[in-house]
Amino acid sequence: MKNDDIIIIEHLYKSFGEVEAVVDASLRVKRGEVCFIFGPSGGGKSTLLRCINGLEKPDSGTIIIDGVDVTDKNINIDEVRAEIGMVFQLFNLFPHLTALGNITIAQEKVRKRPKDEAERVAMSLLERVGMPEKANAYPIQLSGGQKQRVAMARALAMNPKIMLFDEPTSALDAEMIKEVLDVMLNLAKEGMTMVVVSHEMGFAKAAADRMVFLDAGRIIEQATPEELFKNPKEDRTKLFLSQILY
Amino acid sequence: MAIEREIERPRPRLIPWTAKLAEVPWWALFILLMGVLIAYFLFTDAIYQDALQFLIAGVRLTILVSLISFGLALVAGLIVGLGRVSKNVVYFNLSSLYVEVVRGVPILVMLIYFAWVVTPLTVSILNRLGTAMLQNLASGSLVGLADSLANLHIQDVEMTVRAIAGLAFCYGAFEAEVVRAGIESIERGQMEAARSLGMSYFQAMRYIILPQAIRTVLPPLGNDFIAMLKDSSLISVLAVRELTHLGKLNRSRTFRTFETWNTVTFLYLILTLSLSVVVKFIERRMAFEE
Repeated sequence: MKNDDIIIIEHLYKSFGEVEAVVDASLRVKRGEVCFIFGPSGGGKSTLLRCINGLEKPDSGTIIIDGVDVTDKNINIDEVRAEIGMVFQLFNLFPHLTALGNITIAQEKVRKRPKDEAERVAMSLLERVGMPEKANAYPIQLSGGQKQRVAMARALAMNPKIMLFDEPTSALDAEMIKEVLDVMLNLAKEGMTMVVVSHEMGFAKAAADRMVFLDAGRIIEQATPEELFKNPKEDRTKLFLSQILY
Repeated sequence: MAIEREIERPRPRLIPWTAKLAEVPWWALFILLMGVLIAYFLFTDAIYQDALQFLIAGVRLTILVSLISFGLALVAGLIVGLGRVSKNVVYFNLSSLYVEVVRGVPILVMLIYFAWVVTPLTVSILNRLGTAMLQNLASGSLVGLADSLANLHIQDVEMTVRAIAGLAFCYGAFEAEVVRAGIESIERGQMEAARSLGMSYFQAMRYIILPQAIRTVLPPLGNDFIAMLKDSSLISVLAVRELTHLGKLNRSRTFRTFETWNTVTFLYLILTLSLSVVVKFIERRMAFEE
């Protein structure tokens, strides 16, 4: 029987010097599931996410992505990363390339697609995120929301199996958050496996299959949004929710 | 309209004329004046004309040596600069060793060391290699190569070649530090974004980091080229017939100390000042693009 868990994290530990960022975290994400990770700042959310595609090396524990153990030193991490899209808080667009160039470069160099095919894919993705007219604009000429949409198109161009979002709206002005969340909602509807670190509770309610509350590096509670918003079990979760919800 | 009226009104004299005079680049005018003076002599005075004719070959060699050495130094700088930011322990330590050694030795000493220690050593190693090859090879296309290696003499290696190697070795370390600073000026997120798309470390360097670093690196590289052109005068101690050495020769040939060194200095200044204009131009273009 084929295992339907595309991400399996078991007993993950990661510390930076004295600071324990992730402590004994275990988490499974099913194919097509939208997993929403939230919690107070410095709680280890980003670190957990960054361990999934190997941007951080865990101290111990295993992470298995689609059957491949990414903590194994002998695997080619580049091949695994090509299957995992990542969207960053500060966009991290390549400033020396146009929007189109940002989306085509990895297709050409990693996927080895010919230039015209890569550009076709890029243009169709730019239409999907609603900004085909900005194909030849450089990142400096784009607003924050536009930058983040290009960043999503850049990740999607690799046809990833999983998309990771690291606080994708935290650096945006209020009026630009919706345009980014709309793209994410559509992605969720299309059945993309998503792991989202965010504070956007509205998005969680609308799209998440499961919510994971992380505090001081530990997974405190996991539940569906309905359960978690109506009757959170842990005191720490109750306290956090009462502080952020009006 | 309000704007027009403002233009019509005579401007009040707020800045005193003394302050305006202070802003004139007097130093540039002075250089220009001296340049015109020496140029005047070069066109009218027979002694100056004779010196110039004798020295012009040196200018050519100075430019040639600087260009080749700097090209090699750039290659070395790129390789070693990448080593200075590498996580590979061996690569990093070898690169750091090279940079620190060069930084601690005067260029003049390094040039002499290359000419009289490194070159003989290399030649004797090549001799042994050639002899060993001759003993083991009965026939074949490599015999010719082995034969020339075995019979290579130290004198066969021209002083110009030794000087170029020494200059390139010294400046390779400086350029490595420029490259390192350039790479470190690019924020970490760029590397992370590139790697998260599945690029290898070297693909990320090649397509994402270095194209951005080149903008910050170009002005210091230009300045280093000027510095190298000046330091190329040091190879006159190896009797390479570049500008400074020809200056010495011209002085002993004609006993015209004053005219000879005026001309030599003038020629160096023309080279360096025109290069620094180019560097300033590049700097300004980079600033506009940002």
